[in-house]
Amino acid sequence: MYSPDIIIEALLNGLLTGAIYALVALGLTLVYGVLHIINFAHGALLAAAMFAVLLINQLFGVDPYVQIPFLTVIFFAVGYGLQRLIIGPASHGRDENILLVTLGLSIVIENLLLAGFGSDTRSLNTDYSFNVYEVGPYLLSQVRVFGAAGALVTAALLWLFLSRSDTGKAIRAVAREKIGASLQGIDVAHVYAVTFGLGCACLAVAACLLLPTFYVNPKIGSAFVLVAFTIVVLGGMGSIVGAMLGGLIIGVVESMSGLFLGESLGQIGIFVIFILTLLLRPTGLFGAKA
Amino acid sequence: MSALRPYLPVIGLGVLLALAPLFVTSNVALNFLVFTLIIALAAQGWNLLGGFGGQFSFGHAAFFGVGAYVSAIWQMSLGLDAWTGFVAGTLAGAVTGLTIGFLAFRAGLRGSYFALVTLAFAEVFRVLSNSSEATGGAAGLLLPLRIGAQNLQFADRSTFLAFVVALTILVLLLVQWIRGSRFGAQLVALRENEEAARALGVDVFAVKLKAIGLSGAITAAAGVLYLQYFLFIDSNIVFGTWISVEVLLAAIVGGLGTVLGPVVGALALHGLGELVKHLAGDLPGIDLAVYGAVLVVAVAFLPGGLVGLFRRKPAPRQVRKTAPEGGRV
Amino acid sequence: MSTTQMSPATGTLPPDEMLPPAEILKVENVTMRFGGLTAVNDASLTVKKGSITGLIGPNGAGKTTLFSIASGFLAPTRGRIAFEGGDITGVAPHRLAERGLGRTFQIVKPFAGLSVLENIVVGAFLRHPRRADAEAVAARVAARVGLGDRLDDPAASLTVSGRKRLEVAKALATGPKLLLLDEVLAGLNPSEVRDIIPVIRELRDTGITILMIEHVMQAVVSLCDEVFVLAQGAIIAGGTPQQVVSDPKVIEAYLGKGAAARLNRGETADA
Ligand SMILES: Nc1ncnc2c1ncn2[C@@H]1O[C@H](COP(=O)(O)OP(=O)(O)O)[C@@H](O)[C@H]1O
Ligand SMILES: [Mg+2]
Repeated sequence: MYSPDIIIEALLNGLLTGAIYALVALGLTLVYGVLHIINFAHGALLAAAMFAVLLINQLFGVDPYVQIPFLTVIFFAVGYGLQRLIIGPASHGRDENILLVTLGLSIVIENLLLAGFGSDTRSLNTDYSFNVYEVGPYLLSQVRVFGAAGALVTAALLWLFLSRSDTGKAIRAVAREKIGASLQGIDVAHVYAVTFGLGCACLAVAACLLLPTFYVNPKIGSAFVLVAFTIVVLGGMGSIVGAMLGGLIIGVVESMSGLFLGESLGQIGIFVIFILTLLLRPTGLFGAKA
Repeated sequence: MSALRPYLPVIGLGVLLALAPLFVTSNVALNFLVFTLIIALAAQGWNLLGGFGGQFSFGHAAFFGVGAYVSAIWQMSLGLDAWTGFVAGTLAGAVTGLTIGFLAFRAGLRGSYFALVTLAFAEVFRVLSNSSEATGGAAGLLLPLRIGAQNLQFADRSTFLAFVVALTILVLLLVQWIRGSRFGAQLVALRENEEAARALGVDVFAVKLKAIGLSGAITAAAGVLYLQYFLFIDSNIVFGTWISVEVLLAAIVGGLGTVLGPVVGALALHGLGELVKHLAGDLPGIDLAVYGAVLVVAVAFLPGGLVGLFRRKPAPRQVRKTAPEGGRV
Repeated sequence: MSTTQMSPATGTLPPDEMLPPAEILKVENVTMRFGGLTAVNDASLTVKKGSITGLIGPNGAGKTTLFSIASGFLAPTRGRIAFEGGDITGVAPHRLAERGLGRTFQIVKPFAGLSVLENIVVGAFLRHPRRADAEAVAARVAARVGLGDRLDDPAASLTVSGRKRLEVAKALATGPKLLLLDEVLAGLNPSEVRDIIPVIRELRDTGITILMIEHVMQAVVSLCDEVFVLAQGAIIAGGTPQQVVSDPKVIEAYLGKGAAARLNRGETADA
């Protein structure tokens, strides 16, 4: 039906998008792996980060990529505070409560964005937004290549941080054995908040990488959140490698089902994968590390 | 008399509601009441599964939408009448519930996993109805205006309100009856502890299935009412996340696993929403932002919901574990 | 399945005129592995109808696991369970409850958000579909285990002893023929133990067979007709309480090598 070239190009584009999806999912799976909670506000926080990038760009003319270090720190702090001050205390340690509290947060964030920015879809155009690389017969958008590269670098940095730094080791200790870790003198509430902060920092990076190519509106989070859940479930809850692979797979699935099923029906591929994984293999394709 | 006692609060609220169509005359207030009670009814469906059974669905829009669409197609494409359409929509909600329940509970999904899978089902329905011809695609379906009781369309809003009130009271009585029944006791038991329930002879899978079937039916009935009142539906309205959120919000704010909770919660929430809109002017989404905050606050500080505040005997409880006693409301 | 029900002694009679088999529960060569760990290792035991039978053994011996297998919560890796002569291996817990096999949990599982009466009513509903009947049964059961004056209290407000009683009451309300009690005396003080022992004996006197896991030796000795000892997953001894407590193998399983000799010099076993 389609020429191989079109399919390969869709595949490549799917991989590029998938890398950024993976970065979004990375924050989610990290929080799940350590706190064993599903952060429903993840998508809304991404939308907030994207609006922050847009706003800073419009007010001060700062390029999205240049905002990365600054916004990462801000969002780390936001995440830390949310977990420490709201999610932790409000949910009394119950799984369902956490889901509800983060759902509540996502509604608040989404609608505050709506109140502040209106429902219009906006985008941020840079002078390089439309540059392309020619790879053989294929045209690849420059910003998407940057995005994918940035996502992979961030994932690598996060992995290094978790495996090498003292904080990273504490995080992994808490993920393995909360009670044991607290007996060793690790401040579990602090580690939880740090982890949540890291999850949000991933979102800040993702937002900076996304904006030169992606549009934003207050509801954009809900589009991302189910994609991110699908990736996390597919890759195995809590698994970083799983999230990366899952992200790439979902990027490709989305791009392919968009190609073959059309724009509106295309989303269904992801939901179906999500449902099937939950029903048939809730530990994910690659299995979760406990 | 003593057998009637548990029904007194329901009867009390029912009488209050029944008086509403007689005294409320302004269109704004009638609209408010009809819409709020439709949500309350849908929330009552959610509450049966989520409040009594502890299975939190994030996708009750699936049932609401199925009810609305099935009834619309029943009337528009098949040319059948509205009352049987009402029944068909309700039954379709039950079937949808049983199907999703069968898959999810067979797979052993609980807690967050169950919440997510229901959400995904609702989204699948939304996308499908948005792109399928039978459901009118993105344009949605406009039910032709044919005023007449036989078409479940009424010339004046207060008649429709009376109909919605009657249905709400019926469902309140049904839920109160379920609460006292064996099925109700088993449902609450599995919410509190599945293993303990199984040891006492509770067929956990069957009870959950029954609950989600009933839950789907009630919420679907609310979806049909929505269709009959507004005469227009599209995928983002009746399968939208907003409905899934509103029903769980109403049930939680009103009081999880209480009979009156969903009605009280829906009235309180929508009342608050109107107040906020009144105060904040036309800022879009501000009422919803307040709803979100209310959800956080309710989970943090109101384990028994609003209804719990009026409980005769507050249960001493340091650590909150699901909904408290719930029942004698 | 039902053809296996005839025991040799009654084989000539049609099933419905069959005498009840003398043993209500039969565990045959049951093995249970969790990954690499063998929690129960080729264990066999029988519980005689109308008896109070004890199952004792050190912590981690596999007693609770054996209960979970017998009550349908776990499917054994190997082996067979028979209840009233019928094979029940792998039958779901709620079906076994219907057939008259009740159990309690060592780590008590109250329905914490419900009142004491509501907790027990859940069990009573199994054989009494109408609420009024179920509540009446539940109230009677509550009185029997000494919770008669706590009916409307939240289960979460009960003391340890109260929770153990509630655990028994819930199972009792299902109208069991065989009741598996998992350490219902653990964590109680001596006077509470003294209060509950007659309750258990009275259950047996009303026709309920009891298999109990117990650490409190005083209770085992005074209640049990027969005792089995599980150590490291295997049954190492069986007999009357007196036989079992003086069996050197048992003493060593509990107290370590050489303990039997020390005991013979006059130290007493744990009470
Ligand atoms: N679900 C399980 N998964 C893995 N190991 C288990 C499980 N249940 C019990 N065990 C192990 O099996 C052994 C026997 O446990 P248990 O039956 O509880 O002993 P007891 O009741 O005699 O103290 C223990 O080593 C325990 O850790
Ligand atoms: Mg044990």
